[in-house]
Amino acid sequence: MIYLDNNATTKVDPQVLEAMLPYFQEEYANPSSIYDFAKRSNHAVKEARGVIKDFFNAENEKEIIFTSCGSESANTAIRGVLNMNKNKRHIITTKVEHPCVLNLYSALEKEGYKVDYIGVNSNGELDLAQLESAINEDTALVSVMYANNETGVIFPIEKISQIIKSKNKETKFFVDAVQVTGKIPIDVQALGVDLMSISGHKFHAPKGIGALYVNSKTLITPLIIGGHQERGKRAGTENVPYIVGMARAAELATDNLKYEMTEVKRLRDKLEANILKNVFNARLNAGIVNRVPNTTNIGFEYIEGELILLHLSDLGICASSGSACTSGSLEPSHVLRAMNVPFTAIHGSIRFSLSKFTTEKEIDYVCEKMPSIINKLTNISPFQDELEALKRLKQNT
Amino acid sequence: MWDYSEKVIDHYRNPRNVGKIDNADAIGEAGSLACGDSLKIYLKIKDGIVTDAKFQTFGCGSAVASSSILTEMIIGKSVEEVKKITNKDIADELGGLPPEKMHCSVMGYEALEDALKNFDNYTDLDDLRNEEANNQKKEKIVCTCFGVTENMIWDAIKINGLKTVEEVTNYTKAGGACGRCKGAIQDIINTYYKKEASESTLSPAQKILKINNIIENQVSPELRKDGGDITLVDIQDNKVLVKLRGKCSGCKNSHLTLKAFVETTLRDTVDKNIEVVEV
Repeated sequence: MIYLDNNATTKVDPQVLEAMLPYFQEEYANPSSIYDFAKRSNHAVKEARGVIKDFFNAENEKEIIFTSCGSESANTAIRGVLNMNKNKRHIITTKVEHPCVLNLYSALEKEGYKVDYIGVNSNGELDLAQLESAINEDTALVSVMYANNETGVIFPIEKISQIIKSKNKETKFFVDAVQVTGKIPIDVQALGVDLMSISGHKFHAPKGIGALYVNSKTLITPLIIGGHQERGKRAGTENVPYIVGMARAAELATDNLKYEMTEVKRLRDKLEANILKNVFNARLNAGIVNRVPNTTNIGFEYIEGELILLHLSDLGICASSGSACTSGSLEPSHVLRAMNVPFTAIHGSIRFSLSKFTTEKEIDYVCEKMPSIINKLTNISPFQDELEALKRLKQNT
Repeated sequence: MWDYSEKVIDHYRNPRNVGKIDNADAIGEAGSLACGDSLKIYLKIKDGIVTDAKFQTFGCGSAVASSSILTEMIIGKSVEEVKKITNKDIADELGGLPPEKMHCSVMGYEALEDALKNFDNYTDLDDLRNEEANNQKKEKIVCTCFGVTENMIWDAIKINGLKTVEEVTNYTKAGGACGRCKGAIQDIINTYYKKEASESTLSPAQKILKINNIIENQVSPELRKDGGDITLVDIQDNKVLVKLRGKCSGCKNSHLTLKAFVETTLRDTVDKNIEVVEV
């Protein structure tokens, strides 16, 4: 099997699993308990919090909240900020956010909030002028993802933060950083963000663990009310093994950053260049803009994405068409639509996302198989004349 | 991931009859590139028999499988037989499709219908005029996102017994994008079932004839297979009095037969208030 869907989820790193194992059957105490036996697990959570603090480059450990996933982190951040700023009813976000955030905003619109959605250009870059003019006195929150999960395009977070502060100092800035962890360095202080969410399973920790950074100047209400855990910001007994696992994954991700930004990027670029060169109806969705090093999104004109995925799957190759969350819906990707990807290619767009476990041999295999798969599928297409014209165009350039 | 049947998988992996027929006798199209699936079907027809069929499809695995199996289903059949094929037949032949993918079978049905419409010569002018008037009315587009007409929704409700907007979306895609037409779809569903209910108010004589007909042609042959039989004794409003014969009379399970089979059949086809009583 060749796994090229690492933006959907990743394999747990063996070193992460190893770090977690003692906390299931040996050090299983509740960290809140009083006896000596609980000291180890209590200490493990403390240590992990320190590691995650460094991972964000936060100022102190009190700014870190452990959650169960990226969606919970985002929901906590957004609802938490709005609840503390009841007099403000305006939110700004982007058209290309992850569904976990977009669906929350559409729920908030029903609750009476006004939400502005900032568009992107055909390269996938945010319209910063639109963002700037949208901020007003009533804006409680600006919410922008660090990088897009489908295209890998990185948004200029530091610049956006400056724009926000220059327009309204009280407006809070939340960044969904789920898709950048382990791919580029994160520094919440340099970026000037107030809240940031991450999810363990995107960087080789298991599913079911996430974290939220909330800076000390930002007050939020808890989403889950109960015990005093996480300084009253998130009730529920700490998931010790998973917290330990995510911290280990964060350490490994930091150590691996250079490899990710050079070697993983080289393999991604190789795959991308090869497909664009050898498959006549392939086009790159997103310009050669600032992207995370592991992601490429390629549209195959006049053929349909699911059919491509099924044929890739028959060869043991795992990729995705847009976001896995949208696979049950009939709609083409909201991200590609916001980018105005032509309708000839939007239904046939495939995302390949690599990881540190991806090998050169695997990429070579996909490069070798891709032209014949696409060729087989274009033969079924009713748009033979259009395909013929594309082929001629490609030969002439 | 979708839970596709073995047959669906086989057909998208190795689609049969892919391509184009030069000088085809009938060509039908359905769907569009913008809505994410589109199908072209080519037929060769000789002496009222479909002698060859080929297809070209832009769409997902189940769309290719639906088109592929459709060509297999129609080659060698008479035009009259082919006309009777519905989207449900296509889905059944594939061993079923996930509900969200039923629109793929609908697309096959529509392309076939389109091909046959183009092939048939409407010699009767009145028929043609009625057809046109009907088409104009029913060609009204309900879902602008996917270009789904009232006619298509109506047919999907009728053939598949759809009851909710969500089901209509699964079968036709209508309402699957912006959702603005969901109200209109609900209206069509309401109109359909109102019409169906009014059509089912039969006169007492019609009702007796229909019940008699169903007992003679549908129920009785089934019971005879097991060595039993049934005769209609009388009908009093919604009470249908019957006599069980042969092995059925005195059978321990006869009550079950009456309720689960005879009564259900009559309720489904004639009136949902019918009660069957053994005399």
